[in-house]
Amino acid sequence: MDNHLMINFAYVVSATLFIFGLKLLGSPATARRGNMLSSSGMLIAVVFALLDQGIVSYTNIVIGMAIGAVIGALAARLVEMTSMPEMVALFNGFGGMASLLVGWSAMSGETTTFTMITIFLSILIGGMTFTGSLLAYGKLSERIPGKPLVFVGQNIVNSIIVLAIIGCGVLFVVEPTNVNYLYAAVALALIFGVMAVIPIGGADMPVVISLLNSYSGLAACAAGFAIENNLLIVAGSLVGASGIVLTQIMCKAMNRSLSNVLFSGFGSVSTSTQVIEGEVTPMTAEDAYYVLEAASTVAIIPGYGMAVAQAQHVVKELQELLEENGCEVIYGIHPVAGRMPGHMNVLLAEADVPYDLLLEMDDINPRMDNVDVAIVIGANDVVNPAAREMEGSPIYGMPIINVDHAKTVFVLKRSMASGFAGVDNPLFFKDNTRMIFGDAKESIGLMIREFE
Amino acid sequence: MEIIFLLFILMLSIFLGFELINKVPATLHTPLMSGSNAISGITLVGALALAGNTTDPQLASWLATGAVALATINVVGGYMVTDRMLAMFKKKKGDK
Repeated sequence: MDNHLMINFAYVVSATLFIFGLKLLGSPATARRGNMLSSSGMLIAVVFALLDQGIVSYTNIVIGMAIGAVIGALAARLVEMTSMPEMVALFNGFGGMASLLVGWSAMSGETTTFTMITIFLSILIGGMTFTGSLLAYGKLSERIPGKPLVFVGQNIVNSIIVLAIIGCGVLFVVEPTNVNYLYAAVALALIFGVMAVIPIGGADMPVVISLLNSYSGLAACAAGFAIENNLLIVAGSLVGASGIVLTQIMCKAMNRSLSNVLFSGFGSVSTSTQVIEGEVTPMTAEDAYYVLEAASTVAIIPGYGMAVAQAQHVVKELQELLEENGCEVIYGIHPVAGRMPGHMNVLLAEADVPYDLLLEMDDINPRMDNVDVAIVIGANDVVNPAAREMEGSPIYGMPIINVDHAKTVFVLKRSMASGFAGVDNPLFFKDNTRMIFGDAKESIGLMIREFE
Repeated sequence: MEIIFLLFILMLSIFLGFELINKVPATLHTPLMSGSNAISGITLVGALALAGNTTDPQLASWLATGAVALATINVVGGYMVTDRMLAMFKKKKGDK
């Protein structure tokens, strides 16, 4: 009993460290310390869990931990900052699978109805987190097409799966000794994860990743109920809550409800009757230099295209040159720019851009009228004025960064192809817009050369 | 009563989670995700007890061993990558 008490006391300490760790994440200045605190909480929890007298053999534990530590450390070291979204998705999936396995192996002990319910939940949530995350990983790393995959009767198929899950859940709890229901539950959970992520397109990934993040926490939480472990419940629900908060922020930034993101790709929205008027005015990077040289305020609005072109370092170089020229440079970051919450911020931090230059949408919009040049790098939908002007456009109502209010707008783009939402962008046709076609990294490189 | 006790913990920590996360600025959302991801690797604690509770490994303990490996990836990888990211966040020149 003393052993048990000591372990649980250690769990209280580590839960406190998790909470303080998250609190310190509230500011970039203390965030790193917060992460340290949180990881020391984890270390304490693991060390004391190993002291459990129920553990009689350490062979399996050592093997498992060694494999996990090597893979985890290598992955964390080697991953490119631009591939962070898929990395997080993958880790998420592992967490889900771990919860599924814990739930499964908890069945060997004595089980009450309540534990059976929680075991079922940890298998279900863990399983769908696993396959859902793997699919998200595939889409983000472009191993599978990022387009939403929708087929006729999808909703019917999904409803059948949900009914099957409920039915299977009831049987599973009523007849704990029949392993067939267990296998069915695992299979259904895995299938459900696939079905849930298939219809969701690449640009909606910030929502999906946040949601899967939440699920991985909830799965840990359910596993905590299954084995009656307080720490799993506390840590799991902290993560669950964090995922839900991020999901809400992302949905709000796209002006779409969660169910809209999850169940319907873009598309079927009524077509607009308004016709975009005006002409596209292309410009060379060399000419862009003359405009930039005369500018006193420049706003840079990055999007996923910056990540694809790996252009963050040249952007920073351009920023320095502009600043030497006596120009003020700010960045405008839309909440859903990129493929995960905060994606652009990490890339720019990698390029040594100070974080106090990165303004959120609501902070940069009021300043936009005083901006001489707004440079849009690989962003499209998040700066599309159709969201303000064209009722009936699929993105109508979405809050955007109003780059068209700047005196001049440079749009760096590969071609005239439309963004993820598949809508034309009236921005390209405005009088104050200049299109600089080509690879973003090369175009900026040319501007830099002109400066030098 | 044990169930009620656990549910109480659940309820309180969800509210606490909402309060804490709402204060995190947008610029830190990616590290927040990978950091909270690492925390969700707490399943490791549960997996440890299940992986080592017998000297004669059956299916259940092999499953738990798998869980130990996966959760460790989550914990080690998650914290390390978060630290790597956070180390890059810097303020304006002068105090690097």
